[in-house]
Order: sequence, then C-alpha cells, then structure tokens
Amino acid sequence: MEVAPIQDSKSAGRTTILEMRGISQIFPAVKALDGVNISLYPGEVTALIGENGAGKSTLVKILTGIYVPSEGEILIDGQPVSFTSAQDAVDAGVTAIHQETVLFDELSVAENIFLGHAPRTRFGLIDWKTMNARASDLLHALESEIDPTIRLKDLSIAQRHLVAIARALSVEARIVIMDEPTAALSRKEIDDLFRIVEGLKRQGKAILFISHKFDEVYEIAENFAVFRDGRAVGHGRLADTPQDTIVRMMVGRDVENIFPKVEVKIGETVLSVENYCHPTEYRDISFDLKRGEILGVYGLVGAGRSEICQSLFGVTRPSSGQLVLEGETLSIRSPRDAIAAGIVYVPEERGRHGLALPMPIFQNMSLPSLARTSRSGFLKAANELALARKYAERLDLRAAALSVPVGTLSGGNQQKVVIGKWLATLPKVIILDEPTKGIDIGSKAAVHGFISELAAEGLSIIMVSSELPEILGVSDRVLVMREGLSAGIFERSQLSAETLVRAATGNA
Amino acid sequence: MKKLLKHRELLLVGIIAIMVAGFATRAPGFATPGNLANIFNDTSILIILALGQMTVILTKSIDLSVAANLAFTGMAVAMMDAAFPGLPLALLVILAVGIGAALGAINGVLVWWLRIPPIVVTLGTLTIYRGMAFVLSGGAWVNSHQMTPGFLNFPRLPVLGMPLLSWMAIAIVLMMWVVLTRTQFGRATYASGGNPTAAVYAGIDIGRTRFFAFTLSGALAGLAGYLWVSRYAVAYVDVAAGFELDTVAACVIGGISIAGGIGSVAGAVLGALFLGVIKNALPVIGISPFAQMAISGIVIVAAVVFNARAERKAGRIILRDRGAKEVSA
Repeated sequence: MEVAPIQDSKSAGRTTILEMRGISQIFPAVKALDGVNISLYPGEVTALIGENGAGKSTLVKILTGIYVPSEGEILIDGQPVSFTSAQDAVDAGVTAIHQETVLFDELSVAENIFLGHAPRTRFGLIDWKTMNARASDLLHALESEIDPTIRLKDLSIAQRHLVAIARALSVEARIVIMDEPTAALSRKEIDDLFRIVEGLKRQGKAILFISHKFDEVYEIAENFAVFRDGRAVGHGRLADTPQDTIVRMMVGRDVENIFPKVEVKIGETVLSVENYCHPTEYRDISFDLKRGEILGVYGLVGAGRSEICQSLFGVTRPSSGQLVLEGETLSIRSPRDAIAAGIVYVPEERGRHGLALPMPIFQNMSLPSLARTSRSGFLKAANELALARKYAERLDLRAAALSVPVGTLSGGNQQKVVIGKWLATLPKVIILDEPTKGIDIGSKAAVHGFISELAAEGLSIIMVSSELPEILGVSDRVLVMREGLSAGIFERSQLSAETLVRAATGNA
Repeated sequence: MKKLLKHRELLLVGIIAIMVAGFATRAPGFATPGNLANIFNDTSILIILALGQMTVILTKSIDLSVAANLAFTGMAVAMMDAAFPGLPLALLVILAVGIGAALGAINGVLVWWLRIPPIVVTLGTLTIYRGMAFVLSGGAWVNSHQMTPGFLNFPRLPVLGMPLLSWMAIAIVLMMWVVLTRTQFGRATYASGGNPTAAVYAGIDIGRTRFFAFTLSGALAGLAGYLWVSRYAVAYVDVAAGFELDTVAACVIGGISIAGGIGSVAGAVLGALFLGVIKNALPVIGISPFAQMAISGIVIVAAVVFNARAERKAGRIILRDRGAKEVSA
C-alpha cells in the first residue's frame, strides 16, 4: 500500500484512504446525521469528538455496513463504494473495535479471533493448526504472549481487549475504527493500547478514534472532527488547535433560545440524598431536591447517572447512605417501595424498561396503580380506562383506542404512555432518564414544556440527560457526575456549557 | 395483536369444526352432541392442566412436572382412600389440591429464591415427583376394588346431562378466566412475561408472581390427580406419563406464546380441545395405533409452525414501515 507524503495541513492536498461526503442518516423520528464529511488518512489517527447523541455511533454503523446511509457517498481510494452488509465493509478493508466487544467466553482465543472466517483444511474442516499459528502471530504483532488455545473466560479485561483488537486485525484491514476503546481500561492498559495504535500507524493504516477524553485524543491523534447534533461542525489538525476551541465546537450554540425556562416558585426540600454509595457504580453522592425544582444530572455515558437514579427507585440498592423524603428516612428496597413512597422513574429505554408491548395501552398505564384502581382485589377495567383516558388526554396521546397494544404506537406516543403511567401514580418525585432521547427537535420542546408544567404543579424532578442544551435550558440546578463521583453541583446562575463539559470530562 | 389473537381463536374454532365435520364423514355419529360431550369430558383433565400450564408460560416459565405431580397426588389420595375408607371425599379432594399446590410451590421456590431456570427445575422435579410416587406405593397398583365407590363415582355423577368431571372443567375455566383477566395476580403474570424489566419497574415482584403461577399450576395438577385416578379407577406410578407435553402442546396450539405474556384462556381451552378431537377421532376412523402418535405429533408441529409464522408477521410490519420511511426519505 502506498503512503502519500503529507504536504500541508489542508486536507485537499493529501491522499485519503477513506472519504465520506455529504452523509445523512434519517430515521423515522430523527435525522441522526446531516450531510457530514469526514476523511481518513493513511498512517494517521483521526479523532471523532462529540457529545452523546452527536451521531458518532451512527457514523460507525454506516462505516461498518450496518446502516445504509440515506444520502451521500463513501469513497475508498477515491473510488465510490456502497456497503449493504457488514461483510461488504470487511471486504473493503474496514474493521471496527467496539466499545463493548462481543466475544465468546467459552471459546478459545484463536476461535474468537477467527470466528466466521476460520482457515479451513481441504476437507472443509477447521484448520486448527493454521488458525492457532495465525492467532499467535497476530497477538505477537500486538506484543502479547497470550496463548491462543486458552479459553477467553480465563483472560483479564485488558487481555480480552487485545483479543478483540486481534480479531479486528485478522481481516485484511486498512481502516480501523476504535469506538471508545479506552472506556474500560486502566491507565497502564491505555498506554499499551496506544503503543499498538502507534504500530498500526506505522503500517500505514488509517484510524478513526472515538473518545470523550481530550488528553487521550491529544496524545494519540493527528486530526480531529467534531460532530454536534448530527452535523460535522469542525475539523483540522490537533497540533494547531487548542482544547478550548474544540470544547466550544462541541457545545457552541445559543442554548437559551431553544428551551425557554419557565420560572417556578421553588418550595421546601422534599428529598435529601446523603452519601449514597454503591460498591462498583458510584460513591458519596449527596444532593437535595426541593418542591417544584428541576435538578439536572449531567455526565458522560457511564458516569453513574442512571445507576444512582436506579438506586433511588429501588432497582438496585446502595451499600450505604441515607434517603430522606419529606422528613422521613426511608429504606427503599424495591420499586414497589419507591412507588408507594412517591418516587417514580421513567427509564431511558422505553422498550426494554418501560412497556409491555403486547399489552393494551390502558393496562400498561394502570400497571403501577392497580392497587388504586382495583376493588376488593378485583381489577376494575372501567377505573383503569378512566385513569388511562385522563392521562392520555393530558399528554395528547394519539391512539386509535386505549385497548390497542402499546406495540402498535409510534415511539413518541409510547413515550407518552410511559410518562402517563408514572404520573398516574401521583408521585412526589419523578426521575426522568434521557426524556427526549431519540425524538425530534419539535417534540423535544413539547416534552420540555411539559416538564416545566409538572414542576409548576409542585412535583420535584430529577432529569438525567446527556444533551447540554436540554440540561442548561430546563434545570434549576445541575449535578455533574464523572466516573461515579460527584463533580459538583452548579446553581442556575453558574451554568454554562463550558463549565459543565469541563466538570464532566475532568478538564480543569 | 389482540385482533390477531381474537382472529386466531376464531380460526381455531373453525379448524376444530372442520376437523369434526371431516371425521364425521368417515365415522357417522362422530359429530353427534352425545359424542362431542364425550370428547369434552375426555379432554377435561387436559383442559384443567393446560390452564395451569398457561399461567406458568405467561410468566415466561414452563412447568414440566405437572404430569408427575398428578401421578404422585393421584397415588397419594388413592392410597389414603384405600387405607381409610371412612375419610370424607371432600377432605380427599382438598388434600389432592393441597398436595399438588405444595409440590407446585416447591418448583416456585426453586425458581424464585434460587433463580434456577424453570425448565431445569421442573425437569428435575418431574423425576423426583414420579420417584416419590414409586417410593410411596412401592411400585404397587391401587386397583378399583380397593377404592371406595364414592371416591370412584364422583366425577361420573351426571348433573344436568353431563358428568361432574365436565362441570368441574367448566368451573375451572371460568375461575381461570376471572383470575387471569380480573385480578392483580393475573395482570402481573401477563406483565412479567410481556416485559419482565418493565414489570419490575412497575413494582411487580416477578419472582413472587412466578411462585404463585407454579403453585396454581401445582394445585390444578393435584386436582387433576384425583380426577384421573378416580376416572380411570386405577393408580400406578406411570399414570399420565408424558402428559406434561400434551399440556404444553395445548398451550402452543392455542396461541399462548412460549416467550410469555401473550395468550388467553379461550386459546388454551381450544388448544386442548383440538388435541382431544384428534385423539378421539384417530381410533374411530381406523388409523393404526402405531401411526396415531406420529400423526398427533405432526399436527402439533404444524400448529407451532403456524404460530411462529403468526408471530413473525408482527416483525414484518415494522420492517415494512421502516422501509417505507426510508424510501420516502
């Protein structure tokens, strides 16, 4: 493969291995990517930077042949290509190392590396000898001495990661995508990984490196591209670009106009959480929540935001800490306890956590409130329907009838069923986990208006969100979490995009 | 989906009607009310067991121990009746239900507290309960002359032209309809199977729901144990061997999703009747007993294929929708 000399810092003058032009990806409810361009160069690392939901994962899925883009073209060595399957992408020399690697515990290292493309003998059987030898070579190239015949389950997390990388390199790949490869690694393991990346660079491979962490990006990458809300908002050479500029590209926008904050009279403290700890997910989280207040919880994915909320709701239990609701110290051991106490949780994944899709709308809505709608132990369909009708009207739910299965509704309407179901329990505290994830901008404004309305009615709200404009626009205060710890609580007057991003990413 | 289900139940009624009509052309008298009532009576025990099985399946579990439970409970009450002829029948029936429920509760506890997969638990208890029946009886039979006439005749007592056994099945059908559609427990079974995570988030204790489902299934198996032994006037270790598979088959044919959360009482009853009609018809129209099992099996597989296709349809709708959106975009 030829390695073109780097002529100048302008991309136009350099040879690219891969170029994406005007790529858009449109889903029923959202435009995940909107006309983005990105180029990868041989022997160089390009860092892809952006908030959660900026469209990075969608780009990876397009590059690996999982999604077919709605618009735009992909060029490899200047030739247009089209990937209609994952195999097409592999054949074109694109390989990806995913954040959560999909490997098989019970298979050997070599089997994991060559699963699906194992070398065969002339009788069509798996050629174990060749396979183990080639696995060994690949691992040696990664400076690892892992025995290819041992089972994967006997390896450490970092070693598994090496196996995943070896798997990615076991196909003839010139373009390597690394999707947050350092998320689960310790500093030493990251150093090892970076040595491998340097090796790949020397072999002339083009690398797309996705990470949230600026220090790593500056350490390993030559180029950067910043995505925001599905658009490419900046790219260039990292050497010429200070970190501040990139932070501004990530967040930069006039947020105040998008989500007008409704002023609500804030009352007395309703909920106090003191020193909540969990053995593995979070530590020493304390905050207060007042009547009518909206507390935003911001942080990167994996910072422990959902985990603390799930503990407040009794899905998991904290190992220590205290929860006081309206002056009463409570021990919440199950969601049932939480619902009874008046704390409810609207989960992030409505499909998985929120709804029983085969069940009718009204039965989904009444599920946590059955004790109230039933009479002497027997369900009263009339009461359930009345309850469902009340909240369906209030939320402007569009459905043919309340007796149709929830599975037949659109995503936005399903979200309304989830919210209605929890409002119907008459809660005091409502926890919203990514309330507008995956819905379009117009519906987002409606959801935000509705959240403010709830606060005005005296509900206390905890809103977990990865979207800065939403956090900044809606919250009265913001708890920022980083790696399971509190990175500070910011009053509304102190809020700015840059403050929160710095706190969340650990950049002082 | 509900429409589809309703539709499927009607379809099943149609298929059963066509089968009956078809068999009637080969065997005159097959479609007479008297014979149909006999078929229903013959199928009563399967209906009762299928309803218990359905409750368990709705919660995303399976109970393979029902037939073994039936054999043990049947043996226990038959031996009690033989040993103490003075015991009132009502007490024996209550004991049968109680023993069955206790055995079901053992399944439930293993699934709930030890979190062992239901198929493993009940595969184990299937063998254990049959083994217990063997230990209890020492392998001996309890024959009709050892049991009291009251004990034996109760299911046969005619009431309004039908044997009491049929009436009991009807009563259980009504009871289960109420339990599954009118109680919080019933709703919890649908929610636990329909989306276990969402059920937990809604404050439902899935483990407890499964426990009660297994206990209910066990109680019905216990009742069926008494009914079986008295109806066939004999109790031995291998009573109803393999019958657990018939109960699962009845559920699957009746459109109860093995994945949980979908199904109706009417479906389970119709699934059981479907099997009942085939089992009764094959000997009548002169099919060799050797072929009968194979034919029953083929029909069951055909029903499962039909079910799988019906379930796949739901997925296709989504795909078509997405495709349309992509085209329009």
